[in-house]
Amino acid sequence: MDKNKYKDLVNKYSPKENRLYNGLIAFIIGGLMGIFGQLLIDVYSYYLHIPVKDASVFMIITLVFLGCFLTCLGFFDKMVSFARCGLIIPITGFAHSMMSATLEYKKEGIVTGMGANMFKLAGTVIMCGVVSAYLFGILRFLIMGV
Amino acid sequence: MTFKYDNVYLSEVSTVAGPYESKGPFGRYYDKVYNDFYCGTKTWEQAECRMLIDSVDMALYKANKLKQDIDLHISGDLLNQIVSTNYASASIGIPLIGIYSACSTSVLGLIIGSNMVDKDQIRNCLVSTSSHNNGAEKQFRQPVEYGGPKRKTATFTATGAASFLLSSKKERIKVESATIGKVIDLGITDSMNMGAAMAPSAAYTIYQHLKDLKREANYYDLILTGDLGIYGKKILREYMKIEYNIELNNHDDTACMIYDLDNQPVYAGGSGPVCLPLVFNSYIYQKMLDGEISRVLLVATGALLSTSMVNQKLSIPSISHAISLEVTDDIL
Repeated sequence: MDKNKYKDLVNKYSPKENRLYNGLIAFIIGGLMGIFGQLLIDVYSYYLHIPVKDASVFMIITLVFLGCFLTCLGFFDKMVSFARCGLIIPITGFAHSMMSATLEYKKEGIVTGMGANMFKLAGTVIMCGVVSAYLFGILRFLIMGV
Repeated sequence: MTFKYDNVYLSEVSTVAGPYESKGPFGRYYDKVYNDFYCGTKTWEQAECRMLIDSVDMALYKANKLKQDIDLHISGDLLNQIVSTNYASASIGIPLIGIYSACSTSVLGLIIGSNMVDKDQIRNCLVSTSSHNNGAEKQFRQPVEYGGPKRKTATFTATGAASFLLSSKKERIKVESATIGKVIDLGITDSMNMGAAMAPSAAYTIYQHLKDLKREANYYDLILTGDLGIYGKKILREYMKIEYNIELNNHDDTACMIYDLDNQPVYAGGSGPVCLPLVFNSYIYQKMLDGEISRVLLVATGALLSTSMVNQKLSIPSISHAISLEVTDDIL
């Protein structure tokens, strides 16, 4: 059997992923994360009497802490398997990817284990993030002039 | 390449299972069960060594033998440099042949051992294999705690270790014949669908085995493939029909048997070198001794996955080996 014919056979028996359902779940959970983040900003700026800009930094610190903490307790991977990109795309997912890789290599030493593998998943995010921020910055400057 | 054997017997088997396997349908058939992934050690790799050592000890205990009675130990696992085997062997202390053939390691070990026993080079040998879900995830996929979403066709590496004791002394179950497969690659690049990558190699090995021995598929009471999973099993049956015109009615796949697929989060079923031995050594072996099944063909399927090669956009080659076991009544 040639490769293309076999590919058709495999496709015939491989189940389709329910993209609409997965997308909806991610949309709802991601939206709830956004509301939670906004709530944190409002609470911090109202009760601590600080500017919104500072409050949003506090919000990021809180979410990163929560992501790491729940990963350490072993809950976050189960939440991710359910919510999928709803929790991976926000800042919690970034914290979670670093923390899970760090936990995985904890027993292999601080330098050769944790240090070397901490950015195993997050490295790609940083690389893509920095490059796209640079490109969009240029675009924004060319279009809007600021 | 098919061999026939005259005086090789399977005298004892042992199983050590992890937490998910022990909650599966064959939970009560396993010799020893661990309820956590660390098995009293500090890391997953060391846990796998622990289970391998336990399975060897268990096989020796059940066969009422000492380590010095065993001529040779053949063993393999999934981790890089087959570390579980090498480190376990340092404390087991039996002369070792370490082998790697991904998930088809168990049957390859049985074939090597049977050939040596049949030629009277050794009197007996232990064949072991092990795998660990978290150890395999760490090496081949993402960090365990990351829990990234997987597709329905992905399989769940079984945790455990299993050993077989082969001997030239007459026993109830005879190793009758074996076929060594060849590497087959039909262009599957998806490491989340390894059943599809392995099905053609399983089909080839079964076909070659039946052809070399001039047998029909229904000669066997049960043809047991290794770890194709729910979808791979369907692909194998259809492929077998189209390519070789063989109907597999007496076939099952251990990936679909080892877990409770409806209630355990294992996607398309189990996988790993220990998947087939765990099912065979616990449930099927007992069925053979009870006389309910007399001829079994074990076809261990191995996807020779390398993350570097998959990242280089190459497809996943696979290999399967088969061994035929029969109940003999002439000695008892």
